[in-house]
Amino acid sequence: MMMKPIMAVAACFGLLCAEARAQNLTMAVGAPVTSLDPHYHQLSPNNAASDMIFDRLVDTDSRSRNIPGLALSWTTVEPNVWEFKLRPNVRFHNGNPFVAEDVAFTIARLPNVPNSPSSYAIYARPITAVEVVDPLTVRFRTTEPYPLLPLDMTNVRILNRATHERSTTDDFNAGRAAIGTGPYRVVSHRMGDRIELERNDTYWGERPAFGRVNYRMITNDASRTAALLAGDVDVIDQVPTSDLARLRTDQRVTLSEIVGLRLIFLGLDFARPAGENSPFVTDNNGQPLGRNPLQDVRVRRALSMAIDRRAIVERVMEGAAVPASQFLPEGTYSHVPDMPPTAYDADGARRLLAEAGYPQGFRITLAGPNDRYINDARIIQAVGQMWTRIGVRTTVEAQPWTTFVARAGRADFSAFLIGWGSNPDGSHPLRNILATVNRDRGWGASNRGRYSNARVDELTLQSLSELNDARREQILIQAQRLAADDVGVIPLHIQTNIWATRRGLTIAARADELTRAQDVRPAAAR
Amino acid sequence: MSTTALPAPAPAPPRVETPFRRFVSEFCESKVALGALVVFTLIALAAIFAPWISPQDPYDLGVLDIMDGRLEPGSVGATGITHWLGTDDQGRDMLSGIIYGLRISLIVGAGSAIIACLVGASLGLLAAYAGGRTDGAIMRLVDLQLSFPAILAALMILAFLGKGVLNVVIALVIVEWAYYARTVRGTALVERRREYIEAAQCLALPTHRILFRHLLPNCLPPLIVVGTMQVARAIALEATLSFLGLGVPITEPSLGLLIANGYEYMLSGKYWISFYPGIALLITIVSINLVGDQLRDVLNPRLKK
Amino acid sequence: MSLYLLRRLIQAVGVMAVMSLIVFLGVFAIGDPVDILIAPDADQIERERAIIALGLDKPLWMQYLVFLGNALRGDLGRSFVFNEPALQLIMGRMPATLELALGATIMAIIIGLPLGLYAGLRPNGAISKAILAISILGFSLPTFWVGLMLIMVFAVQLGWLPSTGRGETAMLFGLRWSFLTQDGLAHLIMPATNLALFKISLVIRLTRAGVRETMLMDYVKFARAKGLSPARVTFVHVFKNILIPVVTVVGLELGSTIAFSVVTESVFAWPGMGKLIIDSINVLDRPVIVAYLMTIVLMFITINLIVDLTYSFLDPRVRLESKG
Repeated sequence: MMMKPIMAVAACFGLLCAEARAQNLTMAVGAPVTSLDPHYHQLSPNNAASDMIFDRLVDTDSRSRNIPGLALSWTTVEPNVWEFKLRPNVRFHNGNPFVAEDVAFTIARLPNVPNSPSSYAIYARPITAVEVVDPLTVRFRTTEPYPLLPLDMTNVRILNRATHERSTTDDFNAGRAAIGTGPYRVVSHRMGDRIELERNDTYWGERPAFGRVNYRMITNDASRTAALLAGDVDVIDQVPTSDLARLRTDQRVTLSEIVGLRLIFLGLDFARPAGENSPFVTDNNGQPLGRNPLQDVRVRRALSMAIDRRAIVERVMEGAAVPASQFLPEGTYSHVPDMPPTAYDADGARRLLAEAGYPQGFRITLAGPNDRYINDARIIQAVGQMWTRIGVRTTVEAQPWTTFVARAGRADFSAFLIGWGSNPDGSHPLRNILATVNRDRGWGASNRGRYSNARVDELTLQSLSELNDARREQILIQAQRLAADDVGVIPLHIQTNIWATRRGLTIAARADELTRAQDVRPAAAR
Repeated sequence: MSTTALPAPAPAPPRVETPFRRFVSEFCESKVALGALVVFTLIALAAIFAPWISPQDPYDLGVLDIMDGRLEPGSVGATGITHWLGTDDQGRDMLSGIIYGLRISLIVGAGSAIIACLVGASLGLLAAYAGGRTDGAIMRLVDLQLSFPAILAALMILAFLGKGVLNVVIALVIVEWAYYARTVRGTALVERRREYIEAAQCLALPTHRILFRHLLPNCLPPLIVVGTMQVARAIALEATLSFLGLGVPITEPSLGLLIANGYEYMLSGKYWISFYPGIALLITIVSINLVGDQLRDVLNPRLKK
Repeated sequence: MSLYLLRRLIQAVGVMAVMSLIVFLGVFAIGDPVDILIAPDADQIERERAIIALGLDKPLWMQYLVFLGNALRGDLGRSFVFNEPALQLIMGRMPATLELALGATIMAIIIGLPLGLYAGLRPNGAISKAILAISILGFSLPTFWVGLMLIMVFAVQLGWLPSTGRGETAMLFGLRWSFLTQDGLAHLIMPATNLALFKISLVIRLTRAGVRETMLMDYVKFARAKGLSPARVTFVHVFKNILIPVVTVVGLELGSTIAFSVVTESVFAWPGMGKLIIDSINVLDRPVIVAYLMTIVLMFITINLIVDLTYSFLDPRVRLESKG
């Protein structure tokens, strides 16, 4: 009598175990998630974690193009009013229905997260009012026409008023309040170590392939690769370029790659006028030059021509990048067509230098971080080699991001390497990097070289009130082309984002660098 | 606390004065130590004459070419140089890199260990001998120092003074002196209760004489053990700082920085970038320690026959 | 005795105050936390908001006074990054590091002491020389390199041990410990070994040096002459005498392992305090750095106190001063 149920249970258990193994996914990411509060700290790893738990009104596909998320459609009903139609029958993990009121609540919360070191308030600021038209229609009113509102909404994860009215960041971190509409729900969270997730079986979108996910953080590059090779994890992100050669030939591993949105470029000192010394530029005897050669476009062009971008991509990046002439990769909205990367021409560079009055060149120090971007310290050494060969004797100074960023922010350097991860819209790099520093407009906050070009500013401003996407694209292309002709920055390459999975799995590589469990599927399924 | 009687008969006061010649002959008794000394001398000479014996100036970015990067040992580069030990990611000849790197590592390792030892041992002796407030103050400084991470010290010095080999030495001295002070004080506390010190005090010898002529020699054995190990440790610590991006400038790599750079290529089988500098580091440290071990035995007054 | 302890306590408070001041000045010199924490595309207004939110808008001396005031009430501030009380964050990470450091120290003593003793008693034997030579490896190879090699050999090639992470934990005294589960123990072996290598060498060398000179001391010679068994001479007379330097150094080593096993914890993705402090330094999370270093100072002061007390226990010739 008793035997049967026990055997049945045992059989079930065995089945469950086999099932469970196939259903479990262990991922290792290189950058730690610092909070499960989707509005506390604006940081890519946090956005990736939020994406598994919460949803956005406007979602993005793997190439960062806008697609419907919790909103089915969006349009301007008046020049300064956006209307979003919301997805019906969506429920939060705790069963609460998702309605327009939740959107209003979320927008109101953005600027009011206590102690946030980098808030999402910038996405709420253009919005003067959120109007709930009906449970599935919401309108955003702005002071002026604002074409970037849908793009802004790709950064905002939606919370539930009833659930989160009183939730603090601590509640989210403890998992209590980490309740969204997303494909996974939080089982447990150990800060800086791992997040355990389980599938949300009532998810409105495509059903995730794995029932349980262990999302681990392994910051050391070599250890992360080793963990994959040892079979301890199924997926890793930020595959170090030094391991690519081996992993490409390893039968146990599959790589997934996509050209990203992060440009690595050199910034130059525009802060000192042409008649003053730049702090790290001297003549060949180490004496001050008495002028800032970097204000001369011929010198800037020479420095750009001296760089063999293909050599850097092939040798330093081991193929994990594409040479670039601009911030956005081909195929992205407002990418400037017919503008190939500056060709390597050492002789031409020397001629230009001579023309600018520096036939013997000069000395310069090229600074850069050594722990921020892929191979950052190696790249500046390579550029140093190339500049030295055209007579610009280069000293290379690599330092940790902590000290580098403070000095770069004060415009301490004459030349420096830095990176920029763009939103897929030309106005993003234009406003932040190339526009004249202007607090009232909120422009040039990352313009660490202090580049300034009135015409570029004018076009950027124009683009920000143009609601017609095609016309706006032309304006953005024009502005970017201008800045490129003027060599406002020296673009080097756009990074390729690379994930490695164990054979039998595949991950949809994303241009925005986010590593999310819902993007992993058994290889056969695709 | 009350005074307790000595549990064991005190050893006889040792004789400190040792003529140089006797020292040399005693040192040479060990063939291994002698061999190590020869090896170490060769290493030091290579480091000193690096510019004359290296095939390439690895610090000159103008002669490096990334197209020569990561060449296998024995390959011939674009400049016509045969890279017997291969090249690193920048196309730097590993043999030249190692010879120049030895220089940096020795300056950093030995320099910081010697300065730290001088500072630490003096303060440790003083603390043990003076006792009371002086002891308290010095030892709390030691507590403070031991609790201060090398990484933060190095970052602060980087922020104040910028990058450079000398600044790494300063950072290491700041981090390391406390170890010497702690070790010396521990031994000196025991020694200063011994009869020979009391005898010296009765003779009203000046403090510095008691400290350095009587107390110090008897504290030497553990100090030399810690000292020779700390040279090695300083070199390894510099490697770790380099690994964390806080070490010497990247265009003037030490052995540690070479290893840290090459470490990333271990998984992909390009072993030579970190393997050969590792071997060079190992040989250097082993020879220093073998010499140090023998020195300790020779200098130890209590091991005298 | 109690007066002595009281004095040490007062000194401890002073040292902690000095430490916090140094960290405030140091972090201020290194850079601005807001530069590092803020999203790259945040504008100037958002930047100013963040500066105020983190309390960095006030002059440095005022920030320090605010900190001191709160510290007196036991509040060491909230992490800029995690928005969690710094002390709570540190305590949450402590068990992981504690078991790692203790594991490494126990390994060092179990392996190092007998080997050192042997090498000291037979200084000219071939085995002794081999022990000594191998021990050099323990402190000449950089930790990060050895760590990766361990992973490559035992996890990737042989597949015997898990590569990284902490594994399963079990609750004891309200804290999570991994040495209580088999999986956790498997995860502990490699990082503990990596940390122990240096300590094993240290203990071997210190023990050997101590034994060698103690064997020549009169009281040992006397004990042997009296006809005591070699075992008794070694384990009672010699052993007690060599313990002083060993205890000092092992105590200090335990302290620095707890405080700064940064590299090992990074390489093995071990969620302990070492990883917390390096991450915090990298983003200049000042409240965590200050709270962390104050905790560590307190720990070192305690360890040093214990070491001093052990001295007087091991060797009554060392008397603790109570007059100052």
